[in-house]
Amino acid sequence: MTTTINDIPVIDTDVLVIGGGTAGPMAAVTVKEQDPSLRVILLEKANVKRSGAISMGMDGLNNAVVPGHATPEQYVKEITIANDGIVHQPALMAYATRSFPMIEKLDSWGVHFQKDETGDYDMKKVHHLGTYVLPMPEGHNVKKILYRRLRRVRVEIENRFQATRLLKDPDGNIAGMIGVNTRTAEPIIIRAKAVIMATGAAGRIGLPNSGYLFGTYENPANCGDGHAMAYHVGADLVNLECFQVNPLLKDYNGPACAYVTGPLGGFTANAYGERFIECDYWSGQMMLEFFKELESGTGPVFLKLDHLAEETIQEIETVLHTNERPTRGRFHEGRQVDYRQRMVEMHISEIGFCSGHSASGVWTDETGATTVPGLYGAGDMASVAHNYMLGAFVYGQICGESAAAFVKDRAVPQLDEAFVAAELARIQAPLQVKDGIPPEQMEYKVRRLVNDYLQPPKVTKKMEIGLERILAVRDDLPMLSAADPHELLRALEVQSIIDCAEMAARASLYRTESRWGLYHYRVDFPEQDNAEWFYHSRLFKDADGNMASGKRPVAEYIVPLGEEKDAYSKMRVKKAANA
Amino acid sequence: MPIVNHHSSVPVIVDEDKCIADKGCRVCIDVCPLDVLWINEDTGKAHMKYDECWYCMPCETDCPTDAVKVKIPYLLR
Repeated sequence: MTTTINDIPVIDTDVLVIGGGTAGPMAAVTVKEQDPSLRVILLEKANVKRSGAISMGMDGLNNAVVPGHATPEQYVKEITIANDGIVHQPALMAYATRSFPMIEKLDSWGVHFQKDETGDYDMKKVHHLGTYVLPMPEGHNVKKILYRRLRRVRVEIENRFQATRLLKDPDGNIAGMIGVNTRTAEPIIIRAKAVIMATGAAGRIGLPNSGYLFGTYENPANCGDGHAMAYHVGADLVNLECFQVNPLLKDYNGPACAYVTGPLGGFTANAYGERFIECDYWSGQMMLEFFKELESGTGPVFLKLDHLAEETIQEIETVLHTNERPTRGRFHEGRQVDYRQRMVEMHISEIGFCSGHSASGVWTDETGATTVPGLYGAGDMASVAHNYMLGAFVYGQICGESAAAFVKDRAVPQLDEAFVAAELARIQAPLQVKDGIPPEQMEYKVRRLVNDYLQPPKVTKKMEIGLERILAVRDDLPMLSAADPHELLRALEVQSIIDCAEMAARASLYRTESRWGLYHYRVDFPEQDNAEWFYHSRLFKDADGNMASGKRPVAEYIVPLGEEKDAYSKMRVKKAANA
Repeated sequence: MPIVNHHSSVPVIVDEDKCIADKGCRVCIDVCPLDVLWINEDTGKAHMKYDECWYCMPCETDCPTDAVKVKIPYLLR
């Protein structure tokens, strides 16, 4: 039996928030703070209590703009330089000016930040130019604090629902969402006057070297559902070729946490224990030097802590083994790796789309708005560069304010029944296929293609072959088979992964220059070409339903770059002439 | 196309003597971000049904009886 639109009660809400990790709860709480009479539903594919990138908390703020240590102007300048100029400065400035008020808000909610003996925030320098890192050694309870806030303002929570497509009304405004319960496969339709997407990174499109599908850098629940949904509803995505590639502990695939260890004296080193990069802050330029060292005769690359004092190492262990990715200690133990005795081998992550660390995603402006009226985006899926956790909170708040204003006086939107019927059929199709390809195999195949053909350094012909092979996997979709509701969840995720893989290939082929260090290093177009490419690249669905590319001008800078404009292109440690 | 069952050693271990899922507890099942923990119909206890673990640890941390242990998946060990 196939479920049709007549079988499902349509749920009505003022604001729908999709994704209950970091940005999503903040967005939902903000809407209720703006107007407690508004109905807000927070939809989460897992459980809001422990979902998203910070399910086990976070060990620090990587981009805190704290008065006395940095100004919003300094921050906007540094991130513009770190991202090779292609940023939307008004969006960075909106973040930077709200950064400190958000820290104070979180502090008042009970999130503990490290303070010095005078009670001031204990800021650390990790970036190349300014001071923006604020440790939170007790950051393991962030999710609990968010959950309490959600309950207090009475946000309605729907756990274990996967959103699959966004809905539009006849005027092109957002109208809601269709999705499915991940445990029962029952469809759900939510009609909403505004939708805020907070679906996280697309972190499951490349394949970790271990071959373990779920051993990704990002939480593997963040597989690009939001990127795919935004694309299909007609929203612009930008700069997708600016991949996320992160330095991490080899095989464990979690962050090495130079931001934690750096201020305490740890650093990234080559096989000889020598420092080779000036700055451990994650930028494409830093990653290019990391990659070169990894491939060189002085590679591979290591996290060096073995020179530190016992009490320092104990402090590092306490922070790293209780926050964010706490099984890290267990991983080291299994291999008899002790920070005191030897350096820890590092590697680079599989590719992904993640504005938290790089700059790609669904286009959003300084109000959190996408190009579809009534649709907003926050956190790792939206395009505000180098946003990290605090940026997710700030843009969750901004989107909550924008959405609350948008729904005022808006009538209940009209749903497109033909579209809903087609989507219900798409959702349920894998359950009807009894003799087909399991989602795991299709997923492995497309992610292996991403690694083989799209991972930088990028080569035109390889990417063309990769695109052709990814499209061939797409042609196999009628064979995709799901044996139960859980496999259906994976089967629907595979379709998001295929969409993201195609986007990654097309976006990378479109920009015929190199930019952002390793993130978009095209071997056959090795130079940065500002005359042709000082633009955001757009990716969107055109009027014929095809994946198209274009350019979006970079908004006029509100903070000039001045003398420091090339600071991030000098990442390699200079050797003395007589060395 | 014929399908075979593929055997994997899974990373999440549940001590069935300590687990109180048969008394109605669902904590580890609720908090798993990947939804890989389910009730074993034979024993009424929690078990790892799908080898799709991020070794993230909410199941172990939040378990009220310390019944759950997260090991690093064999491929990464």
